[in-house]
Amino acid sequence: MATLNDYLLASGLLFTVGFAGVLLRRNIIIIFMSLELMLNAANLSLVGFSRFHVRAGLPDYNAQVLVFFIITVAAAEVAVGLAVIVALYRAKQTTHIEDLNSLKF
Amino acid sequence: MPSALFWIFVLVMLVFGVMVVVNRSPVASALSLVVCFLGLAALYISLDAFFLGVIQILVYAGAVMVLFLFIIMLLDLKAEQRRHFNLIAMFGGIVVIVLFVKVLWDVCYGFQGGNAVFPAIQNTEHGDTWQVGMALFQQYKLPLQMIGALIVVASVGAVLLSKRELK
Repeated sequence: MATLNDYLLASGLLFTVGFAGVLLRRNIIIIFMSLELMLNAANLSLVGFSRFHVRAGLPDYNAQVLVFFIITVAAAEVAVGLAVIVALYRAKQTTHIEDLNSLKF
Repeated sequence: MPSALFWIFVLVMLVFGVMVVVNRSPVASALSLVVCFLGLAALYISLDAFFLGVIQILVYAGAVMVLFLFIIMLLDLKAEQRRHFNLIAMFGGIVVIVLFVKVLWDVCYGFQGGNAVFPAIQNTEHGDTWQVGMALFQQYKLPLQMIGALIVVASVGAVLLSKRELK
């Protein structure tokens, strides 16, 4: 049987993959997808803690409600973020972050 | 869930997560992300969170990925051509990631409470969807309303941002 540590390690590795994507990729849409990976890694560790924190024979459902809220907020974030990317593309004709440097010091 | 199945789904999730990062074509990345989220939904189901597994597939693999693919097609993105790496940034990124995995390993396997095997849960007459729903509509009424308001604000904002002239 898998232990809580195995789930936490899987979650942490998924977070690391997403983090690597944010650091290494130059396409803003791929960076956005990597952000989603990191968000889902946090959800996985929350569900793991929920299952391993048993009270009165039931998992801790408060954590699952929190995951539900995170998924909802993430969906709203994707909608707004992609609208921002479309507006940015319309202004600059690119999604390559090295061409989007007007805020750079 | 048997241990072998757990590791298979972890492997699917991580391999396709890496594919998201290394694929040059944005469409291939988006499709890899769908498979990665399917593996994640299977892990949720292995943790007896059936409701969240279904929600993960419906919201992420369904709605969010359709939105991503739609935007990729709309912007008509090609596979990346320019590959001149900033060597310092790449070196820094790899060092940070290696250190992160090291810390993660130490924390996970030095955490005694994490060695617990699955505690038994009793089979109740209502499933976990009922339990989550009861918690959501009894304990968390106000946050639920606030999330609803947030969704309205987000959709209005997305429409406003897509207008041609921002005033």
